[in-house]
Amino acid sequence: MTVEPAEKLLAPVLSAFWDDPRSWTLETYRRHEGYEALGKALAMAPDDLIAYVKDSGLRGRGGAGFPTGMKWQFIPQGDGKPHYLVVNADESEPGTCKDIPLLFANPHALIEGMVIACYAIRSNHAFIYLRGEVVPVLRRLHEAVREAYEAGYLGTNIKGSGFDLDITVHAGAGAYICGEETALLDSLEGRRGQPRLRPPFPAVEGLYACPTVVNNVESIASVPAIIQRGKEWFRSMGSEKSPGFTLYSLSGHVARPGQYEGPLGITLRQLLDMGGGMRPGHRLKFWTPGGSSTPMFTDEHLDVPLDYEGVGAAGSMLGTKALQCFDETTCVVRAVTRWTEFYAHESCGKCTPCREGTYWLVQLLRDIEAGKGRTEDLDKLQDIADNINGKSFCALGDGAAAPIFSSLKYFRAEYEEHIEGNGCPFDPARSTAWADKSRTEAHA
Amino acid sequence: MTEVSQGGASRGVSLGIPELPAPDYPADVRARLETDAKEVIARYPGSRSALLPLLHLVQSEEGYVTRTGIRFCAEQLELTTAEVTAVATFYTMYRRKASGDYQVGVCTNTLCAVMGGDAIFDELKQHLGIGNDETTEDGKVTLEHIECNAACDFAPVVMVNWEFFDDQTPESARQLVDDLIAGREVRPTRGAPLCTYKETARILAGFPDQRAGAVEATGGAGPASLAGLRLHRGEVPAPKVVGQRGESATEDAGAYDTPTSPSPAQHPSSHDAPGRTAESDPDNPADPVADRTGDHATEEEGE
Repeated sequence: MTVEPAEKLLAPVLSAFWDDPRSWTLETYRRHEGYEALGKALAMAPDDLIAYVKDSGLRGRGGAGFPTGMKWQFIPQGDGKPHYLVVNADESEPGTCKDIPLLFANPHALIEGMVIACYAIRSNHAFIYLRGEVVPVLRRLHEAVREAYEAGYLGTNIKGSGFDLDITVHAGAGAYICGEETALLDSLEGRRGQPRLRPPFPAVEGLYACPTVVNNVESIASVPAIIQRGKEWFRSMGSEKSPGFTLYSLSGHVARPGQYEGPLGITLRQLLDMGGGMRPGHRLKFWTPGGSSTPMFTDEHLDVPLDYEGVGAAGSMLGTKALQCFDETTCVVRAVTRWTEFYAHESCGKCTPCREGTYWLVQLLRDIEAGKGRTEDLDKLQDIADNINGKSFCALGDGAAAPIFSSLKYFRAEYEEHIEGNGCPFDPARSTAWADKSRTEAHA
Repeated sequence: MTEVSQGGASRGVSLGIPELPAPDYPADVRARLETDAKEVIARYPGSRSALLPLLHLVQSEEGYVTRTGIRFCAEQLELTTAEVTAVATFYTMYRRKASGDYQVGVCTNTLCAVMGGDAIFDELKQHLGIGNDETTEDGKVTLEHIECNAACDFAPVVMVNWEFFDDQTPESARQLVDDLIAGREVRPTRGAPLCTYKETARILAGFPDQRAGAVEATGGAGPASLAGLRLHRGEVPAPKVVGQRGESATEDAGAYDTPTSPSPAQHPSSHDAPGRTAESDPDNPADPVADRTGDHATEEEGE
């Protein structure tokens, strides 16, 4: 074990009582200071509240890291139009698995954060756009919203403040692209989920062409703790530019996959050290810092601080802090092929570089994986990815290019091995979760 | 229930003659659905926002989105059936053909695939004798591969009617579908005891699950979600050699020891191959595209 005890590195806030047998209930939430921040917030002037969240340095947890308070500040006030808050709970980025457990175990943190945010931006109707494929979470959101209405945290004249708010829980229907905020808005308006041209930005013309804030679940759920414990407390964690706590999701060939909540800037080495490392007898080969759309890292990057600046400086993005770890049994070409198939499937079809580019990437990758590739295909992959990256309508295209670029950068030799050796040299059975229980001798 | 009309093939020569409108729901069904639809529409400032929930609602009636369901949505929202169809065909959760009571989805996105999702999917295809997006003859189980379902720390993951079955193995997944087919009660690792696909669709339309105990089923967070919290509290013993991976993991040893990689042509994700058009795909008439003007031709709808 490491010298530094794990409990000094971790800082559970949102996850602090997830082990309570009834953690999702209003009663449990209240026992843990739930809805106390709301009272403080309602006593502040809305503009002061926006400034407070801005000063806390909270940055969006959905991937881009845009300052949350600034998004709120962009909402024009006194414009006579309705304002909306839309919570992006469409968590679908491969590897990303933080919002869904958060909503399953502690939905009231989101609802309290939404009431505070809506009071700040002067919105009387908010939406939770939840991906449809998570019915257990939908149940608990329905129930949490019902409880909040019953307790007077939603509805009219909330806690005597004169502030009114309705929340609508909206289930999506299966489309990764709806995690992109403008596609989400189109989807919420009952259309195909395709991204919109920006400008106008949602803050000016969002839902129903009205000023709209779109925030990630974790961002909004973090707001009550900031109000309750203070921005100084929040800033005491992380770095100057990436302050605060966050959920890191460790998955793959690690000894103990799961959610690890701690200050921004922790490293994968620290997380692995406390979590028991990779599965026994294996070593880290490649990993993603924030989902499949963030360029992959290797074991060279174990000490990169996992905050917005640190990961950016190392050539990737913090993204959603989805740390998917793969060991040496995993074929990079197989992994990238599968991710690329995903992007091709999920491309909405609106813009040509993404729609056509992802299609052709899949064709090339399948050939390479099957041993039918040619050396010049590697340059072609690079070229196609280059024609998608930065040239697509939305970030899905950039995301599709990221695994291609980064895997060619770090593992070009492995691609060449597939081409020269006429196929994949890896045995997929060795990568499975049960491999080492079955085949210590079987595969000598 | 209301059945769709014959496929496009029979209309192949009726050039220029528009298809008859889809049949309406029986009066009692329509009255009931209209009450529900009004409630859904009232949740939104703009009525069209109700379209996705209404499509879930019509699936809760018939198990998939029929032409009748599309007509119903269009009428409720004052849209054309073409507008509704364009939306219904964009999203993967809307079924376009009659399917099973239980939708069994095996995650084959990279992480789950590598951790064993591919082996699980292969096992179920073989065990059930069906392929991707096909249904067992008894109408119980529809098998499909799915994309990342935000449970990577519980990989490999199987979803049944969108409830979580975490840390699966080929053996546990086979048992799962056997139980579904035999009508035994099946409980997810996270979520409520299974209800049918239609009942699930009603929850998705925004009508809370009324079953006693459904919300609290399986307690707080799942075990992997608590990994960091437990460490922080000093509750976890030193890292285990093998671990927290579900009880059935060990029993499977060796059974799925396929030494060869599946050929990429057989990848589960072959759905993004060039999509067949309705004309070339008589198995899947994709009504009501016969009177479409090209809006079905979207490559992302692969299957």
